[in-house]
Amino acid sequence: MFGRSAPIAPLEYTRKLWMRSWVGLTLLFLYAPLLVLMIFSFNDSKRNVVWKGFTLKYYEKALNNDSLVEAMVNSLTIAFLATIVSLVIGALAAVMLWRFRFPLKGLVEGTISLPIIVPEICLGVAFLIFFAKVDWPTDLAWPLNLSAITIAHITFCFPFVAMVVRARLASFNKEEEEAAKDLGATEWQAFRDVLLPHIKPGLIAGALLAFTLSLDDFVITFFTSGPDTITFPVKVYSMVRFSVTPEVNAASTILIVLTVILTFIALKLQGVKGIAQTH
Amino acid sequence: MTETKQPIIQIRNVSKRFGKVTAVDNVSLDILAGEFFVLLGPSGCGKTTLLRMIAGFEMPTEGQIIIDGQDMSLVPPNKRPVNMVFQSYAVFPHMNVTDNVGYGLRIAGVGKAEIRERVQEALELVKLGGFEDRMPDQMSGGQRQRVALARSLVMRPKVLLLDEPLSALDAKLRAQMQFELSELQEKVGITFVTVTHDQDEALSMACRIAVVNKGEIAQLAPPSDLYEYPANRFVADFVGSVNIFEGKLTLDEPDRAAVECPGLGKVYLNHGVTGPHGADVWVALRPEKIYLHVPGEGKAIRAAAQDAPEGHNLARGTIKGMSYLGDITLYEIQLEGGQMIRVSRPNLSRHDQEDFTWDDKVSMHWRADSPVVLLS
Repeated sequence: MFGRSAPIAPLEYTRKLWMRSWVGLTLLFLYAPLLVLMIFSFNDSKRNVVWKGFTLKYYEKALNNDSLVEAMVNSLTIAFLATIVSLVIGALAAVMLWRFRFPLKGLVEGTISLPIIVPEICLGVAFLIFFAKVDWPTDLAWPLNLSAITIAHITFCFPFVAMVVRARLASFNKEEEEAAKDLGATEWQAFRDVLLPHIKPGLIAGALLAFTLSLDDFVITFFTSGPDTITFPVKVYSMVRFSVTPEVNAASTILIVLTVILTFIALKLQGVKGIAQTH
Repeated sequence: MTETKQPIIQIRNVSKRFGKVTAVDNVSLDILAGEFFVLLGPSGCGKTTLLRMIAGFEMPTEGQIIIDGQDMSLVPPNKRPVNMVFQSYAVFPHMNVTDNVGYGLRIAGVGKAEIRERVQEALELVKLGGFEDRMPDQMSGGQRQRVALARSLVMRPKVLLLDEPLSALDAKLRAQMQFELSELQEKVGITFVTVTHDQDEALSMACRIAVVNKGEIAQLAPPSDLYEYPANRFVADFVGSVNIFEGKLTLDEPDRAAVECPGLGKVYLNHGVTGPHGADVWVALRPEKIYLHVPGEGKAIRAAAQDAPEGHNLARGTIKGMSYLGDITLYEIQLEGGQMIRVSRPNLSRHDQEDFTWDDKVSMHWRADSPVVLLS
């Protein structure tokens, strides 16, 4: 009013300069590499170091690269199958742990989330040894040739589903289920009409989590894929070994966009709070 | 309440134990068809467990529950002719009002046209007409409760169970719902069984009240009997406010009795109590049944002498505490023997509360039909 700005209230963080710069730096640190990668996917240069002009030809090239497309299709197939199975196993595990009391429950609960904690490299090696030991066939026709990778992916995906669904179940009012039974519903009808709608956001979020985890998994896939099966991240890795061409950038951009869209949907459906509560 | 009514629920020697804890201890009672029955007790007394056993969510450890002549021992909750309104209302959050209320009928396979009709009818009954398409999160607590009520009533149950139906409502709404629930019960003629810890709620709505204490029925009686003729100290103390004094029975004849209370003085009753002579008993005296008099005892003595022998039903004390509640004023009075007694006095005129104040010496008297002698 008299040339003085209004005092800054304690919670008005966005009006404090140091706070704003700190947030800006954090975002830069997080996203600058990704942005550079995406921008350079449009770079009209083989070397991928200096900006030479805008082009879409590397996208075209990537999409015409048969082995790259095959890897992409493989990845999507594996992710899809792994998601479906993880969803069923994960949801059932969550309901079991929430509903029942049984001996060694704590142990079971801990063991189920073990694949989340165990380093991926260990899981990868474990799977490599396991599939070699049981002599898992590697020369099957598509999509059976993806079975080993899919099984491995299910193993590390379903605990995430179980975790998200479990968190969702914690907020369930058991009286709702009793009310359904009181009104004549059987155990199954009460589950279908009351419990399932309640955990639906958790199922969707868990499914998308599993899908994205499976889609971009490299380490475990690398150890479990046979000589002739290749997934998208593994393919990108092998391309990068020769040189980082904008084609790799283009392919990576596609993967990033896909993952971001799915994650965005997951957050929307679950509500950001719901996701936050699970961790 | 007519005497010819048949019991719709018969509870026979029912006990429920959770591990070492006995929640319900050998309870037997009949709930009559068409009555508004209330289970009243402090939290943790077993009243909710009893209700949940009627609904079928808990199985009795011992004993038998018979509903409408049928033993319910092996009948699961979804097959029982009772419906329940839950404490949290348990309205299905992902269904609108119509779907909530029609849920039970849909499960039962009732035709669509009939469902629509009966849902509409039930919603009118609980005064929720026009709310058909609302989602539960767009409704207040009171409205959600009406949805829960309609959802149960639409099933036309033999018995409607209500678990603490009014505990989540604010005071004004609670008073209104108490009234509406009684009205609704009379209108539909269904037996209501309600669990509550709120004595006002119980007294205002019930035909009969069972006071539950530590898993046992402390007393089963109509509201006015419960208040005026409590059977024991627990009931006297739990229902309403009361002064209890220990004493010895000195006189007990069919038409009169007297108790000598060290703390209070000589208490005279104009009826017999059929207790053993010289026994230790307790005298319960409600605060509103004690009259206060300004110092100078002539008036008190004369008033007391009308129905009691000289020197009985009189006490003196000093006002130590006072709380003005608008309609009444509560006084905490220290008797000459040191014990405290609580007296309430209606503010019949605007200036009544000015008659007495802190540290006033006062006299008290009560009528010979006011004290209750308790043997346990």
